[in-house]
Order: sequence, then structure tokens, then C-alpha cells
Amino acid sequence: MIAPASTGTERPARVGLVDIFVTFLIIGATSFGGGVVAYLRNSLVIKKGWLDEERFLSALEIAQTLPGLNATNMSVIVGDRLRGPIGAFIAFLGMTLPGATLVMVLGVLYAAHSDNPAVNAALVGVGAASVGMLTAVTLQIGRKQFGSVIDVAIIVVTIVMVSYFHLSLLVVLFTVGPVAVFLYRPKAPAKVAGTDVTETRPVDPSSASASPNSDAAKASGHE
Amino acid sequence: MNDTNLSIFGVFSLLSVLAIGGGTAVLPEMKSLVIGGHHWLTDDQFRDIYGLGQVAPGPNMLMVLVIGYHVSGYLGALLAFIGFFLPASLISLGASRLWDHFEGSPWRQSLQMGMAPLVIGLMAAGTIAIARTAIEGATTVVLAIVVFLGIWFVKKINPALFILASGAFGFFALQ
Repeated sequence: MIAPASTGTERPARVGLVDIFVTFLIIGATSFGGGVVAYLRNSLVIKKGWLDEERFLSALEIAQTLPGLNATNMSVIVGDRLRGPIGAFIAFLGMTLPGATLVMVLGVLYAAHSDNPAVNAALVGVGAASVGMLTAVTLQIGRKQFGSVIDVAIIVVTIVMVSYFHLSLLVVLFTVGPVAVFLYRPKAPAKVAGTDVTETRPVDPSSASASPNSDAAKASGHE
Repeated sequence: MNDTNLSIFGVFSLLSVLAIGGGTAVLPEMKSLVIGGHHWLTDDQFRDIYGLGQVAPGPNMLMVLVIGYHVSGYLGALLAFIGFFLPASLISLGASRLWDHFEGSPWRQSLQMGMAPLVIGLMAAGTIAIARTAIEGATTVVLAIVVFLGIWFVKKINPALFILASGAFGFFALQ
């Protein structure tokens, strides 16, 4: 859309619904392998100029913190900012339509040929490759966290709870989540004093949730 | 709507609300509900359908469509899709409007800093869940390592090409 961007007002110029749909359709059809954030940024910030860098990052922050996929959450949030709930719906449709159509076609074909050894062999290859890709993506996203003892402890506890004890995600989120947020509570000296505690008894969530209290007390005593 | 269709909708709505950290983070729970809880799929089918989803562009959990289709045809696919995407989308819609009200709240920062490592842990657990169904024998281990090294060190190549190449490799070499 040709819009006068020079006014400098907070409200961006009204963006057409078709434009929103087509833009997200292209992102949905070309983004692969979990790298959707780069595609979104390139399209929404650089090419279209619908959001500035700061607004993009704040939308991404919300999309990542809330439940749901980054790609669809971003389409909903950005679509809503551009044209309200209708914009959100249109952006979501554009984002999911290409992939959903292809997956559905593949799924129907798979249902008809699931006993075909060639199909299975190809999917065994894809599955193995996915493990490699997921490992790379996880390590890449987690790079910042691996330098912090608290973070590594939270990561290890989470993996053990889910993969080893097979605890339900609900339980993990409601035990590790509050403890993790508490460890990073505002102005708490967690960085300095929390280190020992998270290192020595992070496995049992009930004791871990009790410990930061005493630790905080100790820490403030030291200061 | 019969009981199965209701369960499909229920299961994927639950997963939608729990999907903090995105699709990979919710894979272990999805696997345990879909395979262990409802016996809708076998381990191998789950791996296959996950693989189908990896070949398609866009959001990486569109495979929920195929799971729904497998259980209850096109209606099942639609219900799985709506179940998995509607609740999270509505939450995003509401929360993004609320979020700005908390601008400058120090707890917003705490929330993000605390949840970041939890999400990494969940993603790692999701990777492990896929590995448990997808890694069988030395060839698959080598393939996973090669793809990992490729994505990690050769940044210029689209990861989707590694996935497709591995599918072709499986087609010719793993039968």
C-alpha cells in the first residue's frame, strides 16, 4: 500500500485487508524450519514498514511469552494492531493456509499409503533429520541461558521432570514456572545469592519453591 | 458431534493453552495424550506424521490436522486445527492489548527471564520425545548428527533442504 509514512503520528495508515492477507500468505508459504521470526521481521518491518523495530520486538515478546506458536501468535497480534480482530483473523488465515493445505494433501496421501515401505523409509529419514534440526534450534535459542547457573538448573530440572518422570506439562508449568519467575523477581539479589541453592536442590519442586524464601532472607542479611 | 470428535477438540484445546514456548515444547504432552492416553496413533505413525509437518512451510505444528484426520476424517482435522489454534490465538489477542498496561512493570521482566530457561528445557524435552520415536539404529543417529552439524555450521542453507534431502536419502537408502 502506498501510504504517507511521513506524518509521524502513532496510528499507522490504514492497511488493506487484502494486503494483510497476501503478506502473511507469502510468509506462511516461504518460512521453513522454525525460522519464522526472521521472515516476519524482513516482511513486516523492512519491506512493509507496518511496525518499527521496537514495536516488532514488543509483539514478539508477547508472542513468545504466551501459549501458542510464535508464527500464529505474531500474525494475530500484528493483524490486530493493523486492523483489529478482523485483521487478526485474516493474518492468521494467510499464515496457516499454505502449510495447512500442503500438510492436508500429504496427510491424505499418507493415509492411503502408510504401509508403503518407500513412504515409511522417506519419513524415517525426515524424522531423524528433524531431531538434528530441533537440537540445533534449541541450542541456538538457548545460547544466552547456558551461561547462567540458575538457567541451566531450571533447564535440567524441566528436562528431568518431562522426559524422565513423564510429569504432565500442567504440573511442570505450575511448579517450575513460579519458582523460575520468583528467582528472577524484581530487585531480588537472586543472581548473587540464588546460585548455591538452585545448584544443590533443584530436583524436588516442593523444596525448591520453599528455598528461595530463606535464601532471599540470607541474601538481604549479607547486604 | 460424537465422543471421539469431542475428545479431539478437547485434547488439542488443552495442548493449545499449555503450549507455552511454542510447538516443540508441547510435543511430549501431545505424544502422551495421543499415543498413551487415547491410543489414536502408534509411535511410528506419530513420527511419520511429525515428519509430514516438517516438510510443509509456515507454523511447524500443522501436523495436528493430520492427527485429527487420522482419527476422524476431515471433521477431525478441522476440530484438531481449531482446537489447537483458537484458544492460543484468543489469548494472544486479549493479552497483547493488556500487555501495554504493564509497560514498565518490573514483574514483566521477571516473567520473561524466568520463563526463558523453562521454555528451553521444554524444547529440549520435545526434541527428546521426537528422538525416542525417530532414532532407531545407527543410520538415523548419523543422519541426525549430519543434519545438526549442517544447520549449525552452514548458516546459508535453508534447513528445509536438509529435511528434504534426508527424506530422499531415506527413500533410497533405508528401505
